[in-house]
Amino acid sequence: MTWPVTWLVIAVVGAVTMAFKASGPVLLGKRELPPRVSSVVEVLAPAMLAALVVTQTVGGDGEIVVDERLFGVAAGGIAVWLRAPLLAVMVIAAATAALIRLL
Amino acid sequence: MPDGVRAALPLALGPLLFSASFGVLAVDAGLGTLGAVAMSATTFAGSAQFAAVSILDSGGGAAAAIVAALLLNARYISLSLAVASIFPGSRRRRALEAQLIVDESWALAGRSGRFEYGILVGAGILLYVLWVGGTALGTVAGDLLDPEAIGLDAAFPALFLALLAPYLRDRRALVTAAVAGAITLVLLPLAPAGVPIVAASVAALIGLRR
Repeated sequence: MTWPVTWLVIAVVGAVTMAFKASGPVLLGKRELPPRVSSVVEVLAPAMLAALVVTQTVGGDGEIVVDERLFGVAAGGIAVWLRAPLLAVMVIAAATAALIRLL
Repeated sequence: MPDGVRAALPLALGPLLFSASFGVLAVDAGLGTLGAVAMSATTFAGSAQFAAVSILDSGGGAAAAIVAALLLNARYISLSLAVASIFPGSRRRRALEAQLIVDESWALAGRSGRFEYGILVGAGILLYVLWVGGTALGTVAGDLLDPEAIGLDAAFPALFLALLAPYLRDRRALVTAAVAGAITLVLLPLAPAGVPIVAASVAALIGLRR
């Protein structure tokens, strides 16, 4: 790959991603939102968290992949249920996936 | 802000190891140390960087790399809208500090059920330093340790699950999360990477129901 092409990718992806990240605070800012809009924004967080959990647990390259991650996350889920602290949840999930991978 | 740094400390190993592997892949793909670090410093979003660089590495064109990366990062519009109200100061300052939004800093900032500015900025700064530093390290030192060998690819979805849990006490949030998860699952095999998460934002329209 020649360098102008890689730099084009770096520049475009960087610039547009920065615009994506800035969009909320710049366009909405601290403006008081109409109640209907703010009630949608309110539940955006759980929606996006759930979507992140699903993609990172079973997401593959255009397919659903069931592998060690699912077992790790399931073990982490049990830890969450038992009200374990964040670090413990992550360690349990990681250790479960890593151990199954070793078998 | 120190609270945010403390909140993100337990995750520190993740960004460090993942960014080092990104550095290795980026050098293979011909970005060089400078290009790899420039990309981590400006894009600061793991999955998109890996996607773009893998496409370049396998001989795909610039357009394919750009489209794949931007689809993956389109979710940042939703994440950014969700935290829009917590940023103080001028428009320029908000635009700059919003660059510290990354999945992990964003999710940690909402750990109490409402977003906290200090957590987002503190966690974001620590994660940013680790991400850019780890990238540079990876380009010169090679892989530090395979993140998958120690199960880090399972640790992060588990983190998001833990941070989702407090929201689920609210019935409307619970239904929204379930619908969003279902949309993502259905679209994973059908749509290009990144699109399922963006489509899951539609679930937030459930917020309109009283």
